[in-house]
Amino acid sequence: MEPVFKKRVSKATILKLQRKNSFEQSMMLPAVVKGLGVTLRHFFNNVAGGERSEAVTVQYPEEKFPYPPRYRGLHRLMHREDGAVRCVACMCCPTACPAHCITIIPEETGNGNEKRPAVFEIDELRCIVCGLCVEACPCDAIRMDTGAHAHPSENRANAILNKIDLLKNATLNDKDPHSTAIQGGVPAWRDTNKTP
Amino acid sequence: MGILYLFLVPAIAFSALSAGLVFLFGIGLPWIATHSWGTWAMSIWFTALIKMALLLLGIVLPIASLLTWMERKQSAKMQDRIGPNRAAILGATMWGIPHFIADAVKMIMKEDFVPAKANKFLFSIAPLLAVVPVLVTFAIIPFGSDACTGQLFKVVTDTAACGETIPFQVARLDVGLLFYFAIASLAVYGTTLAGWASYNKWSLLGGLRASSQMMSYEVTMGLAILGAFLVFGTLEPSAIVVAQGPNPIHWGIVSQPLGAILFFTAAVAETKRTPFDLPEGESEVIGYFVEYSGMRFGVFFLAEFMEVIFLAAIMTTIFFGGWQVPGLYADGFHIFGNYNMAHGLVLFLQTAFWGMKIMFFCWFQLMIRWTLPRFRPDQLMRLGWKQLLPASLFNIVLTAAVVLWLESK
Repeated sequence: MEPVFKKRVSKATILKLQRKNSFEQSMMLPAVVKGLGVTLRHFFNNVAGGERSEAVTVQYPEEKFPYPPRYRGLHRLMHREDGAVRCVACMCCPTACPAHCITIIPEETGNGNEKRPAVFEIDELRCIVCGLCVEACPCDAIRMDTGAHAHPSENRANAILNKIDLLKNATLNDKDPHSTAIQGGVPAWRDTNKTP
Repeated sequence: MGILYLFLVPAIAFSALSAGLVFLFGIGLPWIATHSWGTWAMSIWFTALIKMALLLLGIVLPIASLLTWMERKQSAKMQDRIGPNRAAILGATMWGIPHFIADAVKMIMKEDFVPAKANKFLFSIAPLLAVVPVLVTFAIIPFGSDACTGQLFKVVTDTAACGETIPFQVARLDVGLLFYFAIASLAVYGTTLAGWASYNKWSLLGGLRASSQMMSYEVTMGLAILGAFLVFGTLEPSAIVVAQGPNPIHWGIVSQPLGAILFFTAAVAETKRTPFDLPEGESEVIGYFVEYSGMRFGVFFLAEFMEVIFLAAIMTTIFFGGWQVPGLYADGFHIFGNYNMAHGLVLFLQTAFWGMKIMFFCWFQLMIRWTLPRFRPDQLMRLGWKQLLPASLFNIVLTAAVVLWLESK
């Protein structure tokens, strides 16, 4: 390969290399036949179907690709065993959320100093699905293991999920909708017979 | 099951069509002509009209629209995908064949947009200029041997000596393939005008690329086929087919292998499909029909597929024996022993086999289109002028010398 063209532009030197084609390359026909051989092999393998088919397409609505077990999907709020929301409105998740998509307005349950969320909203349009809220939650009330995507919606208001929606999402996963985490056992002050 | 989609559908279509043709020209029209009120049925203009309608409406347009589906399905099979399989008629998806109907409906329903500063007349007429030459050139393609009227159930030894015949060819012109070159070169107006009339500089550049490419490769196309003219001594397509005969050793591909490859390459460049698709570059380059939408674009698209069919037909006619079936003579098979067959059956087999060859070459062109990457413009011009043109001139000289030597012996 001889540099046939040398040009000095400021500090850099541009070399243009003249690559010589071999006779077989300049004939083109052998390469065309070789390429046709590859595509023909794939074509006939796929047309024959069955064992020889090389297609790996997933027919989406009918078959779905299984997500990895730690895939982060739509949020869900966990229940206590009595069906009450497990969240104690400690405000850890809105604090941790980098996208500021969680809104919690706490209220008192009237049972000692226990709190619960009066409003729990997640704006799925702002959520960046980072999972920091799940990490931050001290009582395993919020999870992202539904395996579902955020639903498409026709207006922005519909993309904001409230407490009821998030509690319903618990059933999207075929696992137990109730939280299974035990954090220091059931506190003595909690009246498990009371619903929110 | 998968293999069916490629061969079974066209096989059934062509068999039904050729059976209809044989019935019409062998029994139907002669029967009408025997009555005093129906002598027009066998007149040249009426049979030509019937043949035109059957060839265009029965073969070219259905297959051109079917090729849109076939291209998608075949490219999917070549690229380890599944391809179109959703559209259905009454729940029957039929390997996705209804997709071409869905495509057509989409094209027709789309907005018919004309750019504000475009030349409206030329903008409207450009798709027609692209599609009409292709349709016209089908007139010279022979799709079966001459039918001896009224002798459909007899064994005919020579179709040239059986009295009244109807040729399975719309127009039997002595200039034959020169007519094809004359008309096909008009198609360049369609592309160039489409690029110019859109009032868009990128489409204008696309039109210029199209015109330079088509003009360059027309030279090679004409010269590559001259060798075949020297061998067969005629320009008339049906005479070329008769001269090739039912023995594959005498077909054009054997005597003109270089001419066949050169002609095929140049003609693929004329159809502006992928190794040579820089005028349009449907995937990323902006081409001459960038401003076209809806059915106007659809007509360009359809014209491209009709060119594919026409190229398949002309390759079949000149280099692969046209409607000749290996071993099938006018009076039946003479390949392993002699089997006499009725004239109608011979005609049916020949026309059906012609259709098979057409489908094979359409398939082969799709294979090439989805195998090879696109040329750069400088590579395109170098291939056309520095490689194909000298090779075709060499082919002419070689063929002429051999023909002269054979005749002087």
